[in-house]
Amino acid sequence: MFENFDLQKAIFGRLSLESIPYHEPILLATFIAVLIGGAVVVGAITYFKLWGYLWHEWFTSVDHKRIGVMYIVLGLVMLLRGFADAIMMRAQQAIAFNGNEGYLPAHHFDQIFTAHGVIMIFFVAMPLVTGLMNFVVPLQIGARDVAFPFLNNFSFWMTVSGAILVMASLFVGEFARTGWLAYPPLSNYAYSPDVGVDYYIWALQIAGVGTLLSGVNLIATIVKMRAPGMTMMKMPVFTWTSLCTNILIVAAFPVLTGVLVLLSLDRYVGTNFFTNDFGGNPMMYVNLIWIWGHPEVYILVLPAFGVFSEVTATFCGKRLFGYTSMVYATVVITILSYLVWLHHFFTMGSGASVNSFFGITTMIISIPTGAKLFNWLFTMYRGRIRFELPMMWTVAFMLTFVIGGMTGVLLAVPPADFVLHNSLFLIAHFHNVIIGGVVFGMFAGITYWFPKAIGFRLDPFWGKMSFWFWVSGFYFAFMPLYALGLMGVTRRLRVFDDPSLQIYFVVAAFGALLIALGIGSFLVQIAVSIKNREKLRDVTGDPWNARTLEWSTSSPPPVYNFAFTPVVYDHDAWWDMKEHGYKRPLSGFKPIHMPKNTSAGIILAGICFVTGFALIWYIWWLAALGFVSLIATAIGHTFNYNRGFSIPAQQVVETERERTALLQSAGA
Amino acid sequence: MSTDSHTSHAIAPKTGHDDVHGHGDGHPVSTFKGYMTGFVLSVILTAIPFWLVMSGALDSKTATAVAILAIGAVQIVVHMIYFLHMTPSSEGGWTLMALIFTVVMVVITLTGSLWVMYHLNTNMMPMDPSQLP
Repeated sequence: MFENFDLQKAIFGRLSLESIPYHEPILLATFIAVLIGGAVVVGAITYFKLWGYLWHEWFTSVDHKRIGVMYIVLGLVMLLRGFADAIMMRAQQAIAFNGNEGYLPAHHFDQIFTAHGVIMIFFVAMPLVTGLMNFVVPLQIGARDVAFPFLNNFSFWMTVSGAILVMASLFVGEFARTGWLAYPPLSNYAYSPDVGVDYYIWALQIAGVGTLLSGVNLIATIVKMRAPGMTMMKMPVFTWTSLCTNILIVAAFPVLTGVLVLLSLDRYVGTNFFTNDFGGNPMMYVNLIWIWGHPEVYILVLPAFGVFSEVTATFCGKRLFGYTSMVYATVVITILSYLVWLHHFFTMGSGASVNSFFGITTMIISIPTGAKLFNWLFTMYRGRIRFELPMMWTVAFMLTFVIGGMTGVLLAVPPADFVLHNSLFLIAHFHNVIIGGVVFGMFAGITYWFPKAIGFRLDPFWGKMSFWFWVSGFYFAFMPLYALGLMGVTRRLRVFDDPSLQIYFVVAAFGALLIALGIGSFLVQIAVSIKNREKLRDVTGDPWNARTLEWSTSSPPPVYNFAFTPVVYDHDAWWDMKEHGYKRPLSGFKPIHMPKNTSAGIILAGICFVTGFALIWYIWWLAALGFVSLIATAIGHTFNYNRGFSIPAQQVVETERERTALLQSAGA
Repeated sequence: MSTDSHTSHAIAPKTGHDDVHGHGDGHPVSTFKGYMTGFVLSVILTAIPFWLVMSGALDSKTATAVAILAIGAVQIVVHMIYFLHMTPSSEGGWTLMALIFTVVMVVITLTGSLWVMYHLNTNMMPMDPSQLP
């Protein structure tokens, strides 16, 4: 009997049938729904015989455009999960008054708020941002792909691997109950001995590899592969913000990796970096993780700023006001974002001099951000503004983000922070800047570049529905939280004693419901657009009369992006070309050398998933096997010399001829 | 990326697609002499700290530690010049720019953390049991 038990431990580690939470009705229902949904999707793909197509054309693709689209699909899918968590919390808090315990038990509620934060930052915002950069940057600088196409595919699948690990925690074991940054000592083994924090650690480590490598990739792309004539100060603003974002990624993510390694050493081998005794110091964890965490905020919002810059210039029909100041503001934010991290833990007790230093740097960082806002406003001033959807998102961003920025400066005052820290005021503040900045920016970007990526515009009616639901929903959901926070309600509470607070939470839940309608409208928008794709088709390649190079090629662009590398003379290169009566070259095409698809990325990421899962459940033999095969596969891939192929000139000629015919049919 | 287009054509060169990259200008040439100089220098710079610790040539431990740190810093520079071939003009100045940025980031992270944690310990840490009243 004892021997059998041992054998089971050796084979399955901590994993047993009890790890499947079948005794929790909410999870069980979700699980069944996911199973049915998954079966429908898999069945549909099999029925329409799409597996081969997906595998050859998408999963193994090294085309930056396809990888960008896949990133965005990942972000949107995970948005549904993250939002499901959000609406569950809002519902729980709206009803848990007057002795009502609500419907979520404490240990489930704790997992939900942790998963919500982790998913929204790492697996929604990051993939959306990375996806947009991946798709847009090479097109904007006139390149044919990123610097390291295989690495790009690998990065994407590592992110997916991390996301699947988080999703797996829903049905096998449980997720962390620590809050989204997993502060020790709570996240240490003594207080969280179960698998939750291990899921957290390995999901972030695996996804973090992907993020870091994609950062390296895009920096190399922007620095080395710009079209001739495009000097740094002629780069589009989105490319500039992408460059700064990726520099931030490369500088900041190793800190996250390092601090998570230390935490895992504490958990796995019993070191004492962050324990309360034996010389450990949990506050060092807080310090280190925010050295990553604050730049992370700017990693998310800088690309959104880039999107708004492109959108404002395009839809006002004007060159961006103050291009140079915009670039310098971006660079200054990049540096300053490393000097403010302590404002996340003013109350930890570093004393007056430290707190005032970081309070002041935090206030200073609002200056370049403010300068950007004025640049957008002055671009709009006396412009011919077209209120298409991307522009609407931009205006909503400007109004919303200013409120979030001002509450941010308020929180930057250390004495005020002592009152407001850890309260719902803080929650309202960062949702205000992340939804108002990043999410609105991503929707603006997706709407703006959708015709370029897919070939037809998004349906404007459902887009406007989505827009109004999202914006009004945001205000309904988070303005009550500001008020509650000022009244002293702290974050992450499951039940409340004071019945007078209930109405605020009901309003907030109503806001969340509006946002749900916004997300629903967005999905309907995509479905309707696919249905009406012929009517919405973009044949010119330049549906918005835009200004940067990506609009000079067809929608969707050919595999090779540009038949001839464009030559740049001014910023807003495409606008400049249109002004000077640019004629598309119609002959003289040459064969084009392109990178070849490879399945190495998805295989490596799959092995990483298995290894991570084994480490979480202490299945040591599988972890060792996974690690060895990981190294072997990676080395094996380096022997694959057959990595490129040539698109023959004849095929380029044909592709370009089709484009010419399309342009003529459009009368352009 | 269409996969059916790459089967019938044989013009593919072996390397990736680096015809799109600008070829790095200003790569300092790596020579045997360069590597040997670097190797000898780093061996010397590694040997000195060992000798300092084993012989106790410097009286105070602090002085030894400072000396080792200084030699370590010189070692970093030797590696950068002789093994990584970094000069101020390599890669059109990008290498130097990246180095400066990295140094700034590392200095901010280290000094900032030390400053923050030192103040934290001063203000918040429980005293030794012996110091308790």
